[in-house]
Amino acid sequence: MSNVATKSHSELASVFNQDEPRVDWHDETLWWVRQKRDIQAHKLPEWELLRETASQIKNNVLSNLSEYLEQFEANAISNGIIVHWAANAEEHNKIVHRLLQERGINRMVKSKSMLTEECHLNEYLKEQGIDVIDSDLGERIVQLAGEPPSHIVLPCIHKKKEEIGDIFHEHLGSAKGESDPKILTETARQHLREVFLTRRAALTGVNFAIAETGEFVICTNEGNADMGAHLAEIHIASMGIEKIIPERKHLGVFLRLLTRSATGQPITTYSSHFKKPQQGTEIHIVIVDNGRSIQLGREDFRNSLKCIRCGACMNTCPVYRKSGGHSYHTAVAGPIGSILAPNLDMKKYADLPFASTLCGSCSNVCPVKIDIHDQLYKWRQVIVKEGYSPKAKTMAMKAMAFTLSSPALYRSGGKVGRLVFKYAPFAVNNRLNPWYKHREMPKAPEESFGEWYSKRKEEKK
Amino acid sequence: MKVALFVPCYVDQFYPKAAIATLELLEKLGVEVHYPKNQTCCGQPMANSGYEHLTTGCNNLFIDNFSGYDYIVCPSGSCTLHIKEHLHSPEKEEQAVDIRKRVYELTEFLVDVLNVTELKANFPYKVGLHQSCHGLRGLRISQMSELVAPVFSKPAQLLDMVQGLELVPLTRQDDCCGFGGTFCVAEEAVSSKMGKDRVDDHIEHGAQYITSADLSCLMHMEGILRRQKSDVKVIHVAEILNHYSHE
Repeated sequence: MSNVATKSHSELASVFNQDEPRVDWHDETLWWVRQKRDIQAHKLPEWELLRETASQIKNNVLSNLSEYLEQFEANAISNGIIVHWAANAEEHNKIVHRLLQERGINRMVKSKSMLTEECHLNEYLKEQGIDVIDSDLGERIVQLAGEPPSHIVLPCIHKKKEEIGDIFHEHLGSAKGESDPKILTETARQHLREVFLTRRAALTGVNFAIAETGEFVICTNEGNADMGAHLAEIHIASMGIEKIIPERKHLGVFLRLLTRSATGQPITTYSSHFKKPQQGTEIHIVIVDNGRSIQLGREDFRNSLKCIRCGACMNTCPVYRKSGGHSYHTAVAGPIGSILAPNLDMKKYADLPFASTLCGSCSNVCPVKIDIHDQLYKWRQVIVKEGYSPKAKTMAMKAMAFTLSSPALYRSGGKVGRLVFKYAPFAVNNRLNPWYKHREMPKAPEESFGEWYSKRKEEKK
Repeated sequence: MKVALFVPCYVDQFYPKAAIATLELLEKLGVEVHYPKNQTCCGQPMANSGYEHLTTGCNNLFIDNFSGYDYIVCPSGSCTLHIKEHLHSPEKEEQAVDIRKRVYELTEFLVDVLNVTELKANFPYKVGLHQSCHGLRGLRISQMSELVAPVFSKPAQLLDMVQGLELVPLTRQDDCCGFGGTFCVAEEAVSSKMGKDRVDDHIEHGAQYITSADLSCLMHMEGILRRQKSDVKVIHVAEILNHYSHE
């Protein structure tokens, strides 16, 4: 974990909101993806049954995780794959580095891995003198821009095509001012083709690891995972312990859900199965914990590990759409990131469970039925109890709870200008009140309902 | 049938008209309505901010006020949901469980318990219906757009019974307004942008009024409308359903 003090989601989001047309563009772009998801989901009458089935399969996995992992390991080994275990990000990064170092490799191509973002592998390898090129187009763009991905499926969704044109002009030599997506894609393709042909090592993520067969599956639209892995002498696949599914037939459930939820496609262009190394090449799998077994032990939060990283919760989340992925200052942004991150560092990510209105849309688009918004609520309780809430807020809440616990205090407060709401955010009409910046406060009526009701009762007598 | 009227604190203090309309509407429909006078707040403002452990006082007060009724009816989906999901008391858990089963949001009470099929009401305006998230996804008083499931809406079903009322379609039928309790100040920028975008959707479709089964969302949108000096007004669904004029 880096010790650099990060700004909170709220501060970063208010910077993002200084450019309103850009917020509108970002919001519309992601809403369009959500609508594509809706169209695909509604084409399947069995959609809700699929979600329920996926959820139950994942529940089974989480309840028997150690057994499935051992079964997977045994089968992978018998297929000729070499399996490594990493307790945390540091161990993972060291294993990858050692594998490269032992073979005298100093350049690697990478594809489809949010886990390596979580582990900050690129930075680590750079420090060791190893050059890593991300080969997914979106990831390549943010890598060239020197930024982290802002979305787990659409890493450069925050960038407009003109900005991508500028980045390509600077780094890949495309014509100045060129922003035609076709031409830019071709520029990237030529650049990456050279990378694929010359890299001896390829690292990929894993979408699904099948315990029954010891194989793993990677879903891509660009085919770049295959391109990298098939041309390299060594293929390293990094996976979190939760990527396991018990049997191959379960792919019939997950592959149907994953891309429909993610981008509104029926399926990714490539669903590539890797089972045994080609002759003369090696496949290594690094199985990473990095806090996951701690999360598994938190009863209220364990089922966040069901996540298949589709990003549907981000696309539907109005807060994500209007604050941008970078406002979450963590590898996995949006609602799912906000329930995963506090497990890794509660202090650093104490703001994230509060970056939500608890509207519940996330839980209902989730293809594996994670109760995301309920977990956000529960994380808030944990964060306050652990003492990561601002003191002023605690004081205000105590005063409010005290007043509202007493009918007499509540009523007398109400009489003097609705004073009971002096702790309520929307009731103070001054420039220091964040409510007032863009909104008028409600007008206080002459009498409360309670007062009206007492009078009516008197009149009726 | 003995019904207790649960009036959320901010409705009591800022929007008494909505509570009056709820009471009158229920009485018109032949319900015996009681208003337990020592009620204050459901405790949600503290709980959603992470301070559920400070709500014991509110919970016990709520239980004392609302035990012993056939039903508890509330003109707010959000407060109803909070009671349904979070009313607990170490000393009076049995009563808490009982209350959680008996508490209803107004429109679901009208549709599911009273089986209202007609209303003597008129409201000759174009109205946009804001689906409040807690009513929608928590209490399921309408069907949310995320699910592949039959479409329904209890508030819309009731508004359809109102003469002269025209419900306007919306581009985003159930996006959140961004109120979110303390979210509205803690995340001021995103919150007000969300509210602004919701309001714009209604205005673009010609709504003269924005209605909802939840006043907290309406309070938020009203704050934005008034800042914009808009002619569009907010009105609680009870005030429409209770509205009858001979003109």
